[in-house]
Amino acid sequence: MTIDNKGADHGMFGTHGTGDTSGYGGLVHIAAGAGSSQRPFGGYFDQVADDLERAYPDFNDAIERVVVDRNELTLHIKRERLVEVARTLRDKLKFEMCMGVSGVHYPTDAGRELHAVYPLLSITNNQRIRLEVSVSDSDPHIPSLVEVWAGNNWHERETFDMFGIIFDGHPGLTRILMPDDWQGHPQRKDYDLGGIAVEYKGATTPPPSERRSYK
Amino acid sequence: MSTYADPYASSRETTEGTVFSVTGGDWDSLVTEIGQAKEERVVVNMGPQHPSTHGVLRLVLELEGETVTEVRCGIGYLHTGIEKNIEYRNWTQGTTFVTRMDYLAPLFNETAYCLAVEKLLGITDDVTERASAIRVMMMEFNRISSHMVALGTGALELGALSPMIFCFREREKVLDIFELVSGLRMNMAYVRPGGVAQDLPEGAVAKILATVADLRKSFKDNEKLLVGNSIWMKRTEGIGYLDLAGATTLGITGPVIRSTGLPLDLRKLQPYSGYENYEFDVVTADTCDVYGRFLIRINELEQSLRIIEQAAKKLQASQGQPVMVADKKIAWPSQLSIGADGMGNSLNHIREIMGSSMESLIHHFKLVTEGFRVPAGQVYAAVESPRGELAAHIVSDGGTRPYRVHFREPSFNNLQATSAMSEGGMVADIIGAVASIDPVMGGVDR
Amino acid sequence: MATRRPRMGLEDKLPSGIVLTSVEKLAGYMRKNSLWPATFGLACCAIEMMAAGAGRYDLARFGMEVFRASPRQADLMIVAGRVTNKMAPVLRQIYDQMAAPKWVLAMGACASSGGMFNNYAVVQGVDHVVPVDIYLPGCPPRPEMLMDAILKLHESINDEKLGPNRERVIKEVEAAAMAAKPTHQLNGLLA
Repeated sequence: MTIDNKGADHGMFGTHGTGDTSGYGGLVHIAAGAGSSQRPFGGYFDQVADDLERAYPDFNDAIERVVVDRNELTLHIKRERLVEVARTLRDKLKFEMCMGVSGVHYPTDAGRELHAVYPLLSITNNQRIRLEVSVSDSDPHIPSLVEVWAGNNWHERETFDMFGIIFDGHPGLTRILMPDDWQGHPQRKDYDLGGIAVEYKGATTPPPSERRSYK
Repeated sequence: MSTYADPYASSRETTEGTVFSVTGGDWDSLVTEIGQAKEERVVVNMGPQHPSTHGVLRLVLELEGETVTEVRCGIGYLHTGIEKNIEYRNWTQGTTFVTRMDYLAPLFNETAYCLAVEKLLGITDDVTERASAIRVMMMEFNRISSHMVALGTGALELGALSPMIFCFREREKVLDIFELVSGLRMNMAYVRPGGVAQDLPEGAVAKILATVADLRKSFKDNEKLLVGNSIWMKRTEGIGYLDLAGATTLGITGPVIRSTGLPLDLRKLQPYSGYENYEFDVVTADTCDVYGRFLIRINELEQSLRIIEQAAKKLQASQGQPVMVADKKIAWPSQLSIGADGMGNSLNHIREIMGSSMESLIHHFKLVTEGFRVPAGQVYAAVESPRGELAAHIVSDGGTRPYRVHFREPSFNNLQATSAMSEGGMVADIIGAVASIDPVMGGVDR
Repeated sequence: MATRRPRMGLEDKLPSGIVLTSVEKLAGYMRKNSLWPATFGLACCAIEMMAAGAGRYDLARFGMEVFRASPRQADLMIVAGRVTNKMAPVLRQIYDQMAAPKWVLAMGACASSGGMFNNYAVVQGVDHVVPVDIYLPGCPPRPEMLMDAILKLHESINDEKLGPNRERVIKEVEAAAMAAKPTHQLNGLLA
């Protein structure tokens, strides 16, 4: 059982690269290394993987890793194959619904900093899987899945707004949550939380991103 | 708009004339541009402050007379950065932030978050039955109160004033239960990772059963007013049509997809918190219109009452059981009681940690200030909220604070259907369509 | 033609049926008793505001049941909910569209000071955008708390001066504010 991860981190007080400002972070946290899960995956995951391999023969080329963790299946896909695999999943494996796009920024994972996670739901088979695409900060382009599942329209706009991932082929990729002329992508780890210090009667409480960090 | 080169928001010529893509931004430049086109089209902005747009939703309409040719939603006026804020807080403090996303269904937000955290911790099976029963009961009460606001404000926006008063009257009864159990009417932060914050007080179950009987009688007031009312039906039948194909490709869940006939309900499909042990029906309609969704919401109220009665029986049977996991490294808050100055740690607990056991004191201190650690990984946990599938995608890096929390909100997703539902209809029908989607802008913008 | 009129207490006590008052008192009384709120419900506080206007906690008994959607017809803007940076210009525009006399009530912690959201997206208190007459903390404040705030505002509206008296009061308040000790030099329980 392997867990996907952004690299080991050492430190006396607190961990770098996270919002953990407790100062009690302690020592090495998590092992690095992300391998694939080995077969058998358990549950319906084997059947899904087999069906996908049958329907999409380039399975081993397109899928970088298969991770089964906490009873959930994650398929890490190369971005070039994303649309084809998505279409196969929708048409052949009956994953009718895509529950949106969730972006995650791992600044310590060099070359693969931005991840886009697509949870899929199959109503006919009552199955859930997850697709994950990783791109680097210097080339944050992912093909858009709006043609496959139209509901991804706003989700991709939100991921662009918050992380700066550019979805090629999106009908209108603009900011959706922030004002249109906002600079920066707020939910990236290198974007500060942006709070102000609270001052009252001579004492100051620093904003949440600057509190009690023992680094 | 073409005052600056925006490759995604521009105008293009088609066989039917110039088509302008509107994505927000400079209103004046767009209007001058369209004015120069000498068309009969009217561009109207139903701005973020509007009595009928269900919150701070901006609708940009292109009208030809009374017919709507284009509808675009402008959202983000309530984007509070909750998801990023949680990254700087404990796992337990995340509950208080997450509760304020979809503020009409706070318990659903909390439960989705806590189910995800529990999945990451691996303690899903350790959550006690009593805690699960309390969660189910509170969620179903929340479903009732949320539907009451949906029905009341939807009716108000379409011109019916009395249902609003009736609905808020019922909602107050439900809020009384919330206040009795958790201390707050809204945004309670009651469901915590591992269980719930505190047990039910004395006499709560009796009050719950009395309220259920009361509500069952009072719901008839609304039904008598609106169901079968010819004016109401004229305003809602055939309006906001969205069939199954449209709903699945848009990823729409909740009453909207159930109005197409598909009985998609996560409580039955992928049960959580013990929902497989409750008897209730999934309400559907097959008219795919606003009236169908309205009937679904009215009937879901009765199903929620059924579930609450069954949960109350379970609670009576499990009296005295703990409501938090047994693992003391995670369970917090613990041992609360009501004192002279309000709610706080029980005096016995304080006596123990201050008086007799240094280890308890250290443990309590560390648990409260640092919080517990969650092993690394990512997880996706979904619940069936009154608006559809509400899910939390949580990534942990092994620390005391979440690495990334993303909420898949049903309102955000479902609001994309506004264009499909309203274009080609009349202006007044947009209001009905949006009211039937029942978006909560706090959830849309987070 | 009625030969007996009902006995209304006030008229019986008046000597020869004449009441003397000042224009200020009359204007204040009239203004406070029919203060029409503008709908500016943004987030969770808006729901409690709606509950305050509904059946159980009835705002209509204070003359405030008509929540005017159009700011041109409203007197009181209850900013209920968190104001984001995207919404702030809209808030200011609505405030400017209201006709004087107008008052602003910042309802909830988010409107008063940014609340629990001390981040890039939320304006840390609507007094950065509009002048606020009364702040109401709470998350969300109960409808009774909202009514208490409204009643306190009513009292201050009742006592508002007109004309040269008003200018004198404004000058005095400004002088007091200029002479007062700045917040960061105060020493309270935290310092």
